[in-house]
Amino acid sequence: MNTVRQLDRVVIRFAGDSGDGMQLTGDRFTAETAKLGNDLSTLPNYPAEIRAPAGTLPGVSSFQIHFADTDILTPGDQPEVLIAMNPAALKANLGDLKSGGTIVVNTDEFTKRNLTKVGYAANPLEDGSLEDYQVHPVALATLTIGALAEFEVSKKDAERSKNMFALGLVSWMYSRPIEATEEFLRGKFKAKPLIAEANIAALKAGWNYGDTTEAFAVRFEIPPAKLTAGTYRNITGNTALAWGITAAGVASGLPVFLGAYPITPASDILHELSKHKRFGVTTVQAEDEIAAVGAALGASWGGALGVTTSSGPGIALKSETISLAVSLELPLLVVDVQRAGPSTGLPTKTEQADLVMAMFGRHGEAPIAVLAPQSPSDCFDIMLEAARIALTYRTPVMVLSDGYIANGAEPWNLPETADLPDLSVDFATEPNGVDKAGEPVFLPYLRDPETLARPWAVPGTPGLQHRIGGIEKADKTGDISYDPENHDHMVRTRAAKIAGVTVPDLEVDDPGDADVLVLGWGSTWGPIGASVRGLREKGVPIARAHLRHLNPMPKNTAEVLARYKRVVVPEMNLGQLALLLRGNFPGTDVVGYNKVRGLPFTSNELQDALEEVIKNG
Amino acid sequence: MVDVKLDAPKLKAKDFKSSQEVRWCPGCGDYAILAAVQSFLPELGLEREKIAFVSGIGCSSRFPYYLNTYGIHSIHGRAPAIATGLAVSRPDLSVWVVTGDGDALSIGGNHLIHALRRNVNLKILLFNNRIYGLTKGQYSPTSGAGTLTKSSPMGSVDSPFNPLSLALGSEATFVARTLDSDRAHLQEVLRAAAEHEGSAFVEIYQNCPIFNDGAFEVLKNPETRDESLIRLQHGEPIAFGDKVVVQSGYGLQVKDAAEVDPADVVVHKSDVDDPAYAFALSRLSGVALDHTPIGVFRNVSRPTYDQGVRTQVDEAATGVDRKEALDRLLHSGDTWTVL
Repeated sequence: MNTVRQLDRVVIRFAGDSGDGMQLTGDRFTAETAKLGNDLSTLPNYPAEIRAPAGTLPGVSSFQIHFADTDILTPGDQPEVLIAMNPAALKANLGDLKSGGTIVVNTDEFTKRNLTKVGYAANPLEDGSLEDYQVHPVALATLTIGALAEFEVSKKDAERSKNMFALGLVSWMYSRPIEATEEFLRGKFKAKPLIAEANIAALKAGWNYGDTTEAFAVRFEIPPAKLTAGTYRNITGNTALAWGITAAGVASGLPVFLGAYPITPASDILHELSKHKRFGVTTVQAEDEIAAVGAALGASWGGALGVTTSSGPGIALKSETISLAVSLELPLLVVDVQRAGPSTGLPTKTEQADLVMAMFGRHGEAPIAVLAPQSPSDCFDIMLEAARIALTYRTPVMVLSDGYIANGAEPWNLPETADLPDLSVDFATEPNGVDKAGEPVFLPYLRDPETLARPWAVPGTPGLQHRIGGIEKADKTGDISYDPENHDHMVRTRAAKIAGVTVPDLEVDDPGDADVLVLGWGSTWGPIGASVRGLREKGVPIARAHLRHLNPMPKNTAEVLARYKRVVVPEMNLGQLALLLRGNFPGTDVVGYNKVRGLPFTSNELQDALEEVIKNG
Repeated sequence: MVDVKLDAPKLKAKDFKSSQEVRWCPGCGDYAILAAVQSFLPELGLEREKIAFVSGIGCSSRFPYYLNTYGIHSIHGRAPAIATGLAVSRPDLSVWVVTGDGDALSIGGNHLIHALRRNVNLKILLFNNRIYGLTKGQYSPTSGAGTLTKSSPMGSVDSPFNPLSLALGSEATFVARTLDSDRAHLQEVLRAAAEHEGSAFVEIYQNCPIFNDGAFEVLKNPETRDESLIRLQHGEPIAFGDKVVVQSGYGLQVKDAAEVDPADVVVHKSDVDDPAYAFALSRLSGVALDHTPIGVFRNVSRPTYDQGVRTQVDEAATGVDRKEALDRLLHSGDTWTVL
């Protein structure tokens, strides 16, 4: 009988070759864990190459899950458990593993040839180099093939099921149920029932291997977390973002039109939305990034909710059209799933270095609203908010997601669709002015006095025919105007319109005695939250706030910043929010904490950095 | 699909004039095209609000400002992309693109070829004056090699595009050419373009009196036009002046009518499915305009992109309660409940 030990949290990383099915394995382990009621957070890590040579370091793909009996904010700094399917996976991930951590390793792949391929002179399983870890050598492939001997599947197909054997074993180690995965496999291999049953047999064999061999003396349990009541699902940022766009279409009653060109890490939004035609969502895979945003703008002109999704290099190409949208004053949603740049940079790695581009990366004075989701599930809400602003103020809105939240996942307490905001639009249908002769006319640039938004009269509306364009327009009439005073007026009016966008106040979480505020934006929300929690547990006072609205910033931002001696701004860039804060709120002592490694911050490093600032008073 | 009825116009040319003062240079070919279009539009049988003109940047792209329809004067080269978004999402509109040789063939070449490849329901009018006018006289992608301009003082070393060959290579379903000065012919071509379902590509030779005056004079001057202008008529033998067109090798050739058996003269058929025929026609004329066909080169039927996109959306969306479907989407897959 094995000992069962209770844990409050654990971080596990599944790592293998791209072809080993690690993402699927991680996804299933996540689903099992979610069903048990743990809070969790996950992060996949794929190679940029589609099929790097098998068994090499560039071909390693991994999936990390952090789960706990409390609410958690990040996928975990360092794994405590590593499942390594081959020598490359061991070598690529060992450095991240906690000292004393557990390694489950597939010994079948530790051949001389495979070891040489990744530069191991000696077999690490035999040379004592892993003695700081608890190593469980398991012949995963041999055991899987043996377990499937009775199945009429090829040896190759049997061997391919070894990821399910590993999943079964790890599920046993951490007391996860496997029934839902059995159902999942039956569904996935509907057309190949034999393959489905072979995978299920491998899954069960892995579980039984843990249960019956004496190699694993201890088994772990992580009790459920106390989460807010509700129905949950696990969701990635990209999926939540696509669903948020879909929901914005439902909430506004407008057809959604997505113009997009494939680009990592934003393509999954296009894939997801192309499945949602039943919501009246049209997706056009355009010939390039420029056409993608152009088509979206054309659709917006026609009365649709125009959307374009991309990453940094694509946003750069769209810049001219976004400026046109500023001038035309039409709604347009622009999503930038940021990745490490410049240029191709590290396309599968995360970064927050497009903030200044989002703010200023256009010609002329071309202000737009800028928002950033703070977690995977927040991507849903942020798109509803972006649509509210775009439709109310008739403006492009830029949403800055990033690779970390795009691919990361967390449990999401599902919203009630009855509670969706009302985003319905009043299109112009009647003339709104009179000409010199007193005849009724339509003035396309006559503004709503409160929002400064102009009327949205879509083609097809009788009597409101008008021409708009990139040339400066005369106030009210929209006619071409080269008048200097008019241009000055229009530039200032467009700026005032964006500055006047209503934004919820910045919420501050302050234990009451903090001198230092940590202020973040976007995907650093989780790591910052975890680090703040750690500091407070140690009795170190620190306040925190997080900006979801970067332009305009909440009205109380100046007042909040003024309350603190220092404001620490951690960013995965070289200080872009810090630059904006110094410009907008002179007098604030802004201390940047900046890393651009293509990786999210760990909560430990942030905790150390914040503590350092606090200590130095 | 927009229901174009080419008869019984209720509206008049003046109904399509906007309040804006027209600001092209005196003598510009654009005036003639504008007048021809304004007097043609009533034939569409559509209300003015059902017509949208989208342009890029350049002299020709001011066109939408002068029409009392909906219009966008957009970005250099991007009109086909913007118009694609409109046409796909608004099947009830008649969407026209006005562009020039620099706008469509240089900065916007990519959008043009892809709009034609997809067969989006757009009527694309390319005003070709073989020069950059708005930027004051640089050579364009249709200027002949050796053209002397401000940016090519020793003569351009660029080889030009043949716009019709390019359109045909882009799988265009409707390809035509006409002249700014020949209102009857221009309107005849517009009529055919309007009736075509899918992309219609119309090259309009347009005179720029300031930077490239007389570029198409050989096709207009009564003394030379009979020898150089070929008026294509569907179902008619291709003959002009004392010349005819016959097959030759892989292409077509101009010969003296006297030397040819009338039975060998090519009879023009714009509905030939193989684009090689229309391509051969497009190659009869080079930069020198020696034997220049005008009229409808190609007019074939192929499913349109916008209709294809809409059919998929309509099939999926019909009868769907979106709020309920959203609720089902959110709850799809693995979910769990915390009490």
